[in-house]
Amino acid sequence: MANGTNKLALIASKGTLDWAYPPFILANAAAAMGWDVGIFFTFYGLPLLKKDLKLSVTPVGNPAMPMKMPFGPEGFQNINWPIPNLITANIPGFESVAVSLMKKGFKNKGVATIEELRETALEMDVKMIGCQMTMDVFGFKKEDFIDKAEIGGAAAFLQFASDANVSLFV
Amino acid sequence: MSDVKVVKTLDCTGLLCPMPVVKTFKTIKEMQVGDVLEMIATDPGAMPDMKAWANQTQHELLEATEAGGKFKFLIKKTH
Repeated sequence: MANGTNKLALIASKGTLDWAYPPFILANAAAAMGWDVGIFFTFYGLPLLKKDLKLSVTPVGNPAMPMKMPFGPEGFQNINWPIPNLITANIPGFESVAVSLMKKGFKNKGVATIEELRETALEMDVKMIGCQMTMDVFGFKKEDFIDKAEIGGAAAFLQFASDANVSLFV
Repeated sequence: MSDVKVVKTLDCTGLLCPMPVVKTFKTIKEMQVGDVLEMIATDPGAMPDMKAWANQTQHELLEATEAGGKFKFLIKKTH
C-alpha cells in the first residue's frame, strides 16, 4: 500500500447488536483504505469475538432507539412507534421482537451483518485482541473465541495504539 | 478522453457503508496495475467515501458521476 503508515486503534466495549456495528464498520473502512487496524475487545465488547454470535438489543431505557417496522408501505415503515418502558420491559418476548425487527430492518436497507463484517475485517488482516482480564472476570475461555483472536491486556493494546493516527473508544 | 477501457465491473447496488469500499478494495487487489475498474453503487455515501478511499489508497479516481440515483466510479489501479 502506498499509504501504509496510517493506523487505527479501536476499543470495542459494547456488545449489543446496535453498538457492535461502529467498531466493525470503522475497521472495515480503514482496512479497505490500506490502514493497519487493531480492535481491542473489552468488557461487554468481548463476546463479539465468540465463534457463535447471539447479539441482542433492547429498547428498555433507550428512548433514542427508533421502533420501526421493516415491512409495509414507506409511510408505515417511517412511523416511530412510541412504546413505553412499561410495555418493553414487561411483555415477554418483546426483546426478541425488537432484535428481529432491527435485524430485518438492517438487512432490508443493505447493511451487512456483524458476522459478515467480522469476516471481511479478518480477511483484510484486521488484528482482533481479546481482553484477558475480562475473560477471567466473566469466565470466557480462549476456545470460545474465533481462531484468529489474540489475547492481551491493556499494555498490549496501548503498545499497538502508541503509534496509531486514530484511536477511538466505542 | 473516451479511450478508458473498463476491465471489470463491480456492482454494489443496494449495499450500504462500508461494503462499497470494502468490495472495491478486494476487487482492485486482484487486478493488474493500469487496469480500470467500474464500480456502481446506490448508496449516496459512496460518493464522499470513494473520493476519500482513492485519496488514501492513491488509486486514481478517473470518474465519479451520479445519474438517476446510481453512482458510477471509474478507478485506475496505480500500484
